[in-house]
Amino acid sequence: MFGREILGNKAGLPLRDDSAGRFLPWFVALMVYLAALALAGALIAAEAGRDWRQALTGALTVELPPAPAGAPKAATTEVERLLESLRAAPGVAAAELVGPDRMRALLAPWLGADAAVEDLPLPRLIEVALAAGAAPDLDLLRRQIADIAPEARLDDHGAWLGALLRTARGIEILALILVAVAGAAAIWTVVFTTRTRLETHRASIELLHLIGAQDSYIARQFQFQALLVGLAGGIGGLLPAALTVLLLGAVTGGADFGLLPEVALTWQGWAALACLAPAAALVAMATARLVVLRTLGKLP
Amino acid sequence: MVRFENVGMRYGTGPEVLRDVSFTVAPGAFAFLTGPSGAGKSSLLRLMYLAQRPSRGLISLFGTDIATAPRHSLPALRRRIGVVFQDFRLLDHLSALDNVALPLRIAGARESEVRSHVVDLLRWVGLGDQIDARPATLSGGQKQRVAIARAVIAKPALLLADEPTGNVDDAIALRLLYLFETLNKMGTTVVIATHSDGLVRRFRHSVIRIRDGETVFEPAGHADVAG
Repeated sequence: MFGREILGNKAGLPLRDDSAGRFLPWFVALMVYLAALALAGALIAAEAGRDWRQALTGALTVELPPAPAGAPKAATTEVERLLESLRAAPGVAAAELVGPDRMRALLAPWLGADAAVEDLPLPRLIEVALAAGAAPDLDLLRRQIADIAPEARLDDHGAWLGALLRTARGIEILALILVAVAGAAAIWTVVFTTRTRLETHRASIELLHLIGAQDSYIARQFQFQALLVGLAGGIGGLLPAALTVLLLGAVTGGADFGLLPEVALTWQGWAALACLAPAAALVAMATARLVVLRTLGKLP
Repeated sequence: MVRFENVGMRYGTGPEVLRDVSFTVAPGAFAFLTGPSGAGKSSLLRLMYLAQRPSRGLISLFGTDIATAPRHSLPALRRRIGVVFQDFRLLDHLSALDNVALPLRIAGARESEVRSHVVDLLRWVGLGDQIDARPATLSGGQKQRVAIARAVIAKPALLLADEPTGNVDDAIALRLLYLFETLNKMGTTVVIATHSDGLVRRFRHSVIRIRDGETVFEPAGHADVAG
């Protein structure tokens, strides 16, 4: 009922028609667009961090120098002994030598799919899969490996993973700061616009006050307009942002950037993005209400 | 109904514009508030319609001490007061009907009841054919009647009018005063601020005379205003 009166400007204040708020939906849309892109970036970085952690934890790599050309049999025996020792170690679920096909696949982003990896002096790699939840004694494993192949090196990916996760976390934090800055800018603009409107409609507000309007009656008119503006701006910013994410995903979808994550959101990510429009509307509404109530509180 | 005791009022840190004002308006009374321009009539009315709080003294409205009443209780008191402002204060973007309907909407009346009540009242004040007109298209006298209709639509216990005859000719002024008398006979307490001695003499109601911020009381044959 009250909403209809406000929409019809019958509740006392012609907020719908005043010029003070005319640019506000555009500004909110711009801020929501930027916030949505930043949030998408944060979500993609978080997802990439999870992927990296999943891929690299629970796995170890044993790296051996390239097989010496003059003693292939000794090299093969060394690898077989290593595999046997590793498979017997507690907490190890599987240990396999990386064959030429897998090596070719790993190097394809840099050397191309048809690289003759057999002819290259590449280190030999043993991929070790750990049992779920297992935390093997790495020092013991290193000693076992050194007993068989002193030149072999055990890599638990810790340094790598730490750097990657720090990078992902940094991107996440930066993106969330951008979301906060966009939100703060939108709030500041709503505050400024509401104050301008309060001044523009001062005489009408005083009249409503004098004929018995509660502060909340006047505030409802401002907050309802702010809600509509926030919703319009929210949707107006969200749709182009979603299109931008989809477009980036489509443009980069075919390319393989190695470790770089794919520009795509999970359904949870899309849901989080969709929440930006109602969030913008609710924040605009609450801000307008607070500003109006605070100002009206100074009247007798 | 209205009781002032040694009331003083100043705007901000300025000098007192009202000093030691004391009077009582009984329920159902009709009183003129008169005095020369700048004497403090509007300031006194502002205190009565709760646009201002006194700097000192006691104001009792409907039995409530205004100086100490919590702020959140004042809107309910204001809804029991109808005010006809000197400059009408109609909202230009609203029709006559919606201007008059404001007090009902503020009081939370059902929309289905609002229109019928407002239309009836606009007809009663002779504006039945101007229901959808905007204030800009109305004459001074018509605006004044819209302002009066807005002041009385919610059946206030106290009606205050600030120079209601200031902008109209003598014939319309007389008609307005008869309208206020009719409302008074229907039970509304009426206080009218005017600087027209002619009207005050003609209608012979009680008078609160104000000069240089101080008041003098003239019961004029009535016992409903007492100093």
